[in-house]
Amino acid sequence: MNRKPVFLYSCLCFGFAFFYVPILSMIFFSFNKSRLATVWGGFSIEWYGKLFANAQILKAALLSLEIALLSATLATILGTMAGLALSRFRRFRGRTLFSGFVTAPLIMPEVITGISMLMMFILMAEWIGWPGSRGFTTITLAHITFSMTYVTTVVQSRLSSMDVSIEEAAMDLGSRPWQVLKDITLPVISPAILSGWLLAFTISLDDVVISSFVSGPGTTTLPILIWSKVKLGVTPDINALAAIIVTVVAVCVAIAGVVMYRQEQRRERDVQMALRANN
Amino acid sequence: MTGQTAGEGRPFIRIEGVTKKFGAFTAVDNVSLDIEKGEFFALLGGSGCGKTTLLRMLAGFETPTAGRVFIDGQDMTTVPPYDRPVNMMFQSYALFPHMTVEKNIGYGLKHEKISVAERQERVRSILDLVQLTPFAGRKPHQISGGQRQRVALARALVKQPKLLLLDEPLGALDKKLREHTQFELANIQYKLGITFVVVTHDQEEAMTLASRIAVMDKGVVRQIGTASGVYEFPNSKFVAGFIGSINMFEGRISGVADGLATVEVPELATSMKARADRPFATGSAITVAVRPEKISIARSAPPEGTPNVLAGVVQDLGYFGKDSLYRVKLDGGTILSVNSVNSRRGLEHERVAEWEDRVWLQFEPSSAILLQE
Ligand SMILES: Nc1ncnc2c1ncn2[C@@H]1O[C@H](COP(=O)(O)OP(=O)(O)OP(=O)(O)O)[C@@H](O)[C@H]1O
Ligand SMILES: [Mg+2]
Repeated sequence: MNRKPVFLYSCLCFGFAFFYVPILSMIFFSFNKSRLATVWGGFSIEWYGKLFANAQILKAALLSLEIALLSATLATILGTMAGLALSRFRRFRGRTLFSGFVTAPLIMPEVITGISMLMMFILMAEWIGWPGSRGFTTITLAHITFSMTYVTTVVQSRLSSMDVSIEEAAMDLGSRPWQVLKDITLPVISPAILSGWLLAFTISLDDVVISSFVSGPGTTTLPILIWSKVKLGVTPDINALAAIIVTVVAVCVAIAGVVMYRQEQRRERDVQMALRANN
Repeated sequence: MTGQTAGEGRPFIRIEGVTKKFGAFTAVDNVSLDIEKGEFFALLGGSGCGKTTLLRMLAGFETPTAGRVFIDGQDMTTVPPYDRPVNMMFQSYALFPHMTVEKNIGYGLKHEKISVAERQERVRSILDLVQLTPFAGRKPHQISGGQRQRVALARALVKQPKLLLLDEPLGALDKKLREHTQFELANIQYKLGITFVVVTHDQEEAMTLASRIAVMDKGVVRQIGTASGVYEFPNSKFVAGFIGSINMFEGRISGVADGLATVEVPELATSMKARADRPFATGSAITVAVRPEKISIARSAPPEGTPNVLAGVVQDLGYFGKDSLYRVKLDGGTILSVNSVNSRRGLEHERVAEWEDRVWLQFEPSSAILLQE
């Protein structure tokens, strides 16, 4: 009865292969000497060097990063506020409608969001003369609009699982509502806010569709740049760029994972200690 | 009661015709009660009877739909919780998970205009009082349930409130810790002289801790009194049945003489005598209630002319060491509970009565309670 479950193993291998072979082959070919992306011509890191000498790519990367940082931060602030309103206010008129509006962008096709954003900016430019040109500001605004939805959802679900009585306890001890928010609510939900921010950041960083609708001449984000380059054929420098992105993301995820694992372990150890101290 | 405000004689807390509705549902229904300064007052009642809701109106988390709440002579009906001289200990403890024990306790002092040194001193002394000094640096998830409960108590006490509200403070503790903490609570209350209002559904807890008890049912206060007041002199069938166990018979008054009422009880085909501490109309329907421990049990018939004698057969018997519980089936078919102290030492065959034994039960007219509602 000790037969290996061949079927399960092959499923596992196939699954992993499905996910990781494309990425690994991309990283592999980023060290290709040959100019042709898919023909092996020997090991080299020259494409990485070229990448860092490419002002266009660096500029795009920097722009993407700036947009992502700014939009994620603003989206987190707005999204947290919406989440608080949705879960902590007493019932107010139009609450269901409001929560529907807040979460609608989650299921709206990006193309539609992009077009409507573009239309709005054009109309606004006509009527109030702003925004004069499309670029950094419009992309940031568009990113805030749809990434705050994610923040709201994350924050709201954390708030609804949080014990309301700790907020009441703070109020009972003399804190006014804003002090309760500052001292109790925000610290307690801070992990959710942080993960909301990370979500907003990554969404903004890799967005192509909406950005391409609302970007203007001269403001090319990294994903748009890659997209337009790839249309002319996959080159090893794009492979190198992608390899760097994958590495950075992997490192970030690993660090976050380790930190969380450590925290969890410490917590468990503490609980064990408390239990033992009492018996 | 002691400690009334000089010259005025007004109660410390006055709840005046308070009603709370949630939509169409009435959780608290026209409750009025007064609580004196320094009292240990218990709200006792079954699940969902509105105890927590009433307490939350004292704390300021709920606004009454009707009626008013006065604390120390001031109308507090619509004052928010952070402006009331009241602190509450929550059923779930509601400790701040991201703060240490010390920070949890010190949090409420942030809003008081006192020096840092005094604040630290107060936290230190309260930590001492609840014996948590060694745990000051721990987070709530690093301490045990009983310790958490003491942190919650300390956090409310450190503010030196005029009134402390406790919602099922001992609900989560095991029996031994519970008894110990009851003692501690009573001790702290005595030492600090704070007025306590405690919510509980445990009648023993209410009776051991409280100077007075309000028995609630479906949002209504049915009776307010001391422990022995509500136990020995219940004013309704509900209170009589809710607190302790009791035997009840339906009957009709056939006459009152010399402070003794005679009640015809059809189900027993006999009449009973009970002390009438207020006037009753002849012919009115009445319930005779008598506690199991007020009934004596014997294997021989009492002398002729003794009032309230009932004969039956022991149907069930529980031996608890210090006392025994008998369930006696009367000749009419009614079953009665009798609780008898085992004052003589002996084995099974030496007991007052055995299974299937024919026994005579008797109780004094003064032990019987006459209930109209
Ligand atoms: N916010 C609310 N909205 C609607 N109904 C409520 C609300 N709070 C309480 N109730 C209802 O009011 C009634 C009384 O509730 P309350 O919490 O005061 O009961 P309780 O006496 O404390 O019961 P327990 O011993 O189970 O804690 C319950 O039937 C409850 O369902
Ligand atoms: Mg309750």
